[in-house]
Amino acid sequence: MNLAIRDVKYRLGRFILTAIGVGLLLGTVMAMGGIYRGMVEDALSIVRSPGADLWVVQKDTNGPFAENSRIPDDLYRIVRAVPGVREASPIAFQSVQLEYGSTSVRTQIIGYRLGNVGGPTAVSSGRPLAAGRYEMVLDRKAGIPLGERLKLRRMIFTVVGLTEGIVSSSGDSTAYVSLQDAQELQFLKANEAVRNERARLQADLRAQPELAGVSSAALAAVTQNTNLANAILVRLEPWADAAQVAKRIERWNHYRAMTTAEQEDVLAKNVIERARQQILLFRIILLAVSTVIIALIIYTMTMEKSRDIATLKIIGAPNFKISGLILQESISLGLLGYGFGALLINLTYEKFPRRVAILAFDQLVLFAIVAFICVLASIVGIRRALAIDPTTAMAGGA
Amino acid sequence: MLAVAATKVNKIFGQGDSQVIALKDAQILVEPGEIVALMGPSGSGKTTLLRALSLIDPPTSGQIAIGGKNIFAGDRVLIDDRQLRRQRMGIIFQAYNLIPFLTTVENVALVLTLNGVSHHDALARARALLQRLDLSHRADIYPATLSGGEQQRVAVARAVINDPAVILADEPTAALDTERGKAVMELLRNLGRNQHTAVIVVTHDERMIAGFDRVYHMIDGRITNHGSEVEEND
Repeated sequence: MNLAIRDVKYRLGRFILTAIGVGLLLGTVMAMGGIYRGMVEDALSIVRSPGADLWVVQKDTNGPFAENSRIPDDLYRIVRAVPGVREASPIAFQSVQLEYGSTSVRTQIIGYRLGNVGGPTAVSSGRPLAAGRYEMVLDRKAGIPLGERLKLRRMIFTVVGLTEGIVSSSGDSTAYVSLQDAQELQFLKANEAVRNERARLQADLRAQPELAGVSSAALAAVTQNTNLANAILVRLEPWADAAQVAKRIERWNHYRAMTTAEQEDVLAKNVIERARQQILLFRIILLAVSTVIIALIIYTMTMEKSRDIATLKIIGAPNFKISGLILQESISLGLLGYGFGALLINLTYEKFPRRVAILAFDQLVLFAIVAFICVLASIVGIRRALAIDPTTAMAGGA
Repeated sequence: MLAVAATKVNKIFGQGDSQVIALKDAQILVEPGEIVALMGPSGSGKTTLLRALSLIDPPTSGQIAIGGKNIFAGDRVLIDDRQLRRQRMGIIFQAYNLIPFLTTVENVALVLTLNGVSHHDALARARALLQRLDLSHRADIYPATLSGGEQQRVAVARAVINDPAVILADEPTAALDTERGKAVMELLRNLGRNQHTAVIVVTHDERMIAGFDRVYHMIDGRITNHGSEVEEND
């Protein structure tokens, strides 16, 4: 006869309500884990999406996702000549604010040379970029449908395709455009700014004619150079060794060549590490809170059964039977709570504004942790139950 | 062979100046099938003796044998007290003490399952006993919905289901009216005689005295007689 099952059945409504409470707490723990996983997946999706083996970036920088990296876009011709390189192409990144109707959508613009490495791996609706200019393949997360026309700076883009699940490290949707469009968005100065620079230069020259000799330096400010990119993406021959090729590029070109794994590492460690630690700490606190709450509930449930436990002792129930009652109730509470939490999070995770990645492995680990904390929490109740004096059952009063 | 043989049983609480002698050389001898009463004023040591006999609160010294087997000698407990109670004793409480989350039949079957009887067999035996006690219609409901008399009859069923050598009852009729109290005593007497089980009842209820074979009187932790026979039964 399983006493725990009988007791739970007897107090079913209250037990379920308590389990729902525990479930909400565990659901929050799961959500936090899912948010962390989502953050990692989001961050890495933008690195993995082009399918590059190497990222050539400005020397002494960690690449475009961690800091500013500017290199000439024609560098790809030189890189392409390196033995082992099968494909090389420039890529440009920039965060912009897309105005759509009355809403603003933060978007990571990715400019690439059409037909070369750097574009989206797959387009789920519509088609890839084809016209070369003023077209855009947008991630579905932006919530902007196919065929929409979007004004960005001086240009008007048409949404021709939609991707799925390619977002920036901060969870913003991505938008693929041609390299030339991206360069103009990033490096082309506004007409007003150029006019202002020219006026300032003329004023300087009038006031100090001797500056005419150095005007070539100042000219840089008033000339338009958009032939820049943030990185060169490289795909290697199957036989090439990525480390060797990277070393060679770094040695004679004074650029930094990072493998995709290094780039992922930079993102994971530099960009999302603090968030990861924060979430981890928060999860640990929540699990500690869950343990304390389950322990308190089990302790209270044990106290309520003090007289019954004393009676069980008097009619001869061994300690393992009494401990089993408490332990099984604790585990039932935790696992039922876990079930509610899992159900809650599986029903709602898609509605979170940022990606929440619920992985079976994470859920399994949390399941094991919950089972462990239930055993831990039951110790308080078991100690209390074993300390109950059986003579208390003999006190009068029906 | 005596069902219960307790001699020179002493129980002392506290030490030094705060020492209280709760039992002083108590002796109680009960034959199988005999129903005896332990009577006396409050604080006379009746319940203390009952706890000592069941090893719920073992005596300080003395000799106790149940069904011919020594369970306490000198100052040592000779058996696992829980095992003793679930295998050789039935205990009845004043407040019935049925487990609220078990149904009537499960309450009765519980002792059997604690003794290793299969769940199915235990329930079958419990149902059969409840039928004998005219409680079969209450078998599958929780104790909270039973009347006081019914709860005490279920408690009696729980006490006798494992064919114990002795039943110890602590004020079993105190919470019942005279009629229901008598019915419970009648049930105890019949079951005790039929199963050759000794029954020791702690009571101060003079109304029930006619139902006993013998009565032990206690005052200040001493038994003042040798279990005088009751002259006339109802």
